Amino acid sequence: MEGYAAVLIFVIVGFAFAFGTFFISWVVHPHNPNPTKLSPYECGIEATTQPRDRYSIRYYLIAVLFVIFEVETIFLFPWAVKYQQLGLFGFVEMTVFIGILVVGYIYCWKKGALEWV
Amino acid sequence: MSGVWIEAGVKVAVLMGLLLTGAAYLTWVERKVSGFIQARIGPNRVGPLGLLQPLADGLKGFFKEDITPKYAYRPLFLLAPALAFVPSLAVFAVIPFGDRLPILGRVISLRVADPNIGILFVFALASMQVYGVAFAGWSSNNKYALMGGLRASAQMISYELAMGFSVVGVLMITGSLRLSEIVFHQQGLFHWNLFIQPIGFVIFLVAGFAEANRLPFDLPEAETELVAGYHTEYSSMKFAMFPLSEYFHMMAISALTVILFFGGWQVPGLRAAGLAPLAVSILELAAMGLKMGFFLFLFIWVRWTLPRFRYDHLMTMGWKILLPLSLVNVFWSGIGILMGWF
Repeated sequence: MEGYAAVLIFVIVGFAFAFGTFFISWVVHPHNPNPTKLSPYECGIEATTQPRDRYSIRYYLIAVLFVIFEVETIFLFPWAVKYQQLGLFGFVEMTVFIGILVVGYIYCWKKGALEWV
Repeated sequence: MSGVWIEAGVKVAVLMGLLLTGAAYLTWVERKVSGFIQARIGPNRVGPLGLLQPLADGLKGFFKEDITPKYAYRPLFLLAPALAFVPSLAVFAVIPFGDRLPILGRVISLRVADPNIGILFVFALASMQVYGVAFAGWSSNNKYALMGGLRASAQMISYELAMGFSVVGVLMITGSLRLSEIVFHQQGLFHWNLFIQPIGFVIFLVAGFAEANRLPFDLPEAETELVAGYHTEYSSMKFAMFPLSEYFHMMAISALTVILFFGGWQVPGLRAAGLAPLAVSILELAAMGLKMGFFLFLFIWVRWTLPRFRYDHLMTMGWKILLPLSLVNVFWSGIGILMGWF
């Protein structure tokens, strides 16, 4: 675990840097808010609709598909590392595994889940 | 044990300093190169050749009023810039910049940490980056910010897939996730993964541009339609964290491209030339810097060469072209290794 000590230091230093910067900036910058300044940005006019409006279902679809394929990536990584020892067996096994996912992928494509209009 | 912590601390401090200066001067380089490409002069007022411009910009950031809009969700609004910044910085903890530097009677390894899951760690942090962007967009409570945040998250996760698959070929050839081993595996010019995995390289680079939200894939902040995307409502140093993390991201992608496909810090034939170990280390560091510099220049060059993609084209390219292509590349690498071609 020793190698991760440095990573931990890095993360802590990163957060300290970010919040330290915000703090110093908060001390030295002017504070004179007014209602117009604090209103949500809307090209100079008053906002007429709620910002949290409904948005396209496609973002959810993309997120769901992402989870499936990202898990596949995670499975591929250890397989790739050991591939040269596994040989033909590894190749066939992974072809079957990816083959199943490719069927799903083609299904998504045919169903129009990848269309963006 | 304490010696390990001190050495790690010193390395982190040096690297932090280098990265922050590097990112600051990358803004200067970007503006100078942009100026050159557009037949302008670029920054030239602050200091000779405008060299003090990044410093002036930084100071200005500190003294600007920091506005938190009335309807913003404050805890996340404050956390989001830090969440965007920290992962892009922490990636550098595992990036090896060189082999060993024998100096002052000690041998210093030129990397902060070298975990055996190097590349996996990099991808994990790249995924973390999405949180900063999504939180920034959502917590601002502004429709442009929200749309920008959504677009950015969808874009980043889509291209992350292609990026993940594109390196699998390299991992199959190397048999290790450790970044320094991937470099050592590419000894000699024609063993660079660039020549063995050309498709993987192209996919990685394109996905890298999309991950860093750089043109032609800067849709999350498409000015003409989204004002400034997810950081519309940010100002002062909270805003500065987003460009800073973008520049770190560019540097990280450049470093990773060099490590995965261009032999890292290695120069073909340098080790055999019989120079002193110190000279070899310094030349190798310089080689790493030069190779990274080339890709950083490429980022800026492409920015002024290609127009911005349309969002549906972006998604089509990610899901219908790059993803199948990267899967084919994995399959092809598998056959190639079985046949003993690589």
